Amino acid sequence: MNALIIARKEIHQAIRNRWVLASTLLLAGLALSLTFLGSAPTGSVGVRALDVVIVSLSSLTIFLIPLIALLISHDAIVGDIERGTMLLLLSYPVARWQVLLGKFIGHLAVLAFATCLGYGIAAAALIATGSRIGSDSLAAFAAMIGSSVLLGAVFVAIGYLVSALVRDRGTAAGVCIGLWLLLVLIYDMALLGVLAVDQGRSISAAAVDAMLLLNPTDVYRLFNLTGFANVSSFAGMAGLAQSTALSAQALLIALVFWTLIPLGLATAAFSRREL
Amino acid sequence: MSSTVRVIDVSKEYGRVKAVRETSFDLAKGELVALIGHNGAGKTTLMKLMLGLIRPTGGNIEVLGDNPAAGQFAGRRQLGYLPENVSFDTALTGRETQAFYARLKREPLASALKLLDAVGLGDASRRRVGTYSKGMRQRLGLAQALIGRPRVLLLDEPTTGLDPELRQTFYEVIQGLATEGTTVLLSSHALTELEERAGRVIIMNGGIKVADGSIERLRNIARLPTKIRLKIAGLSPGELPPWLPADAPCRRLNGHVVEIDAAPGRKIELLHSATASGTTVEDLDVIPPTLDELYAHFLRHAERTP
Repeated sequence: MNALIIARKEIHQAIRNRWVLASTLLLAGLALSLTFLGSAPTGSVGVRALDVVIVSLSSLTIFLIPLIALLISHDAIVGDIERGTMLLLLSYPVARWQVLLGKFIGHLAVLAFATCLGYGIAAAALIATGSRIGSDSLAAFAAMIGSSVLLGAVFVAIGYLVSALVRDRGTAAGVCIGLWLLLVLIYDMALLGVLAVDQGRSISAAAVDAMLLLNPTDVYRLFNLTGFANVSSFAGMAGLAQSTALSAQALLIALVFWTLIPLGLATAAFSRREL
Repeated sequence: MSSTVRVIDVSKEYGRVKAVRETSFDLAKGELVALIGHNGAGKTTLMKLMLGLIRPTGGNIEVLGDNPAAGQFAGRRQLGYLPENVSFDTALTGRETQAFYARLKREPLASALKLLDAVGLGDASRRRVGTYSKGMRQRLGLAQALIGRPRVLLLDEPTTGLDPELRQTFYEVIQGLATEGTTVLLSSHALTELEERAGRVIIMNGGIKVADGSIERLRNIARLPTKIRLKIAGLSPGELPPWLPADAPCRRLNGHVVEIDAAPGRKIELLHSATASGTTVEDLDVIPPTLDELYAHFLRHAERTP
């Protein structure tokens, strides 16, 4: 109940600060431009228009959603402590875990709203312009939206963990940018480099799976690009889809763990913190 | 047991800095207590300890039956707190902020919103907090602390930034609450304001409690002289009234005003001689030691005996 009161206030604030508007417009704008410009290579008669959109849009999501999530979450704790609002809030009959959970629900609601609406508009525009879309494509698209929200949840939780641990807002922002670069860009490049050098001699498929599970953005990529046969043929990941032993459910569970563990650690760190 | 707040042998260290050292006191129901001491004396630290925002290095604290250090907070529904330099989320209006805090305390919104008028926020409560001046934020801070008729009020420098008129209303409100049984702990630098209002004074210095009691009691302990000011007709400059005992320290103020320091116990004797027949005293003021002087006395005393 306390968590919901706090969530409601976070949503209210996000609407006031135009966070909701800005993130929805950004995601809708990019989704729409990818939908219409991105269909150029397959031609306008492509029957699999939505599948192509899923491939390009999920690649974009990997960059953008973590960034938006970290922007919202990195100063959730340290920022409120610095501004002095946390001092007053914690003098009220609320537990610290309730504060964190409330913020999480609120921030995730904002992110979910922006993602569903922003990406939904793109799908609606495709249908409105007369593309024929199969039900399997729609299912894959819905799964992409759902997993994008889940990816957002992962990075909101990671942002809280950073926010609960560092001493000032500037550090929180710096650490979050570093984490973003690491998980979104560097990790994959390093992994690719290692695999290319190894040529499949000593690194087994299971080891590759494990390494992919250690990065939430890779889990997301794997889920969307290999989870649906119709999509993976476009993504050029059909090969990987056959070699991986990870099922869609396993990947989703991995994302849930990637949310719960940082969130739990953030709660523990916040509860011990003195202010 | 009528204690609402119990502080037992509490110490708090930040690394090598000892913010509070083995301090104990009980606050009873209906007490209006002034916590005074200069910056860094441990006033804010004590309040944060009572709220469980920080944990004591040693000792125990009990607030409305809770142990705040263990994260218990059921009693906080009946606790109001106004931090020093209070701040709010700037995107929300005063009313929205007040409603949010009322919900957290499970108090009816209507009565919480009425408090906004009581502190004189009025129409400004519909504006965003981001547009507020320091004084207006302080008013909103008071309004949220008063939600739900708290049984314990912790106010950290509550009157900074308030205009004199609102200070008056503020003291009326908290005195009203104290009469109804609320424990009010108030830290302040404005000692003259507290003088007539606080039933009890706790003086902190360097994390140590150096004095605790009613102002009368502190005056008795301190044994500071009472000042007697006399306006005497027909006294030439530099001359002192003939009836004045030689051992009573005195000085001439402006014109024909003489100020005598009356040691405790000699006040009546001196007043007798001053008003005896044959003197030319036109007017007379008796000024007991002020809280300012008591405060300075106890600090000097504490520094002499470390």
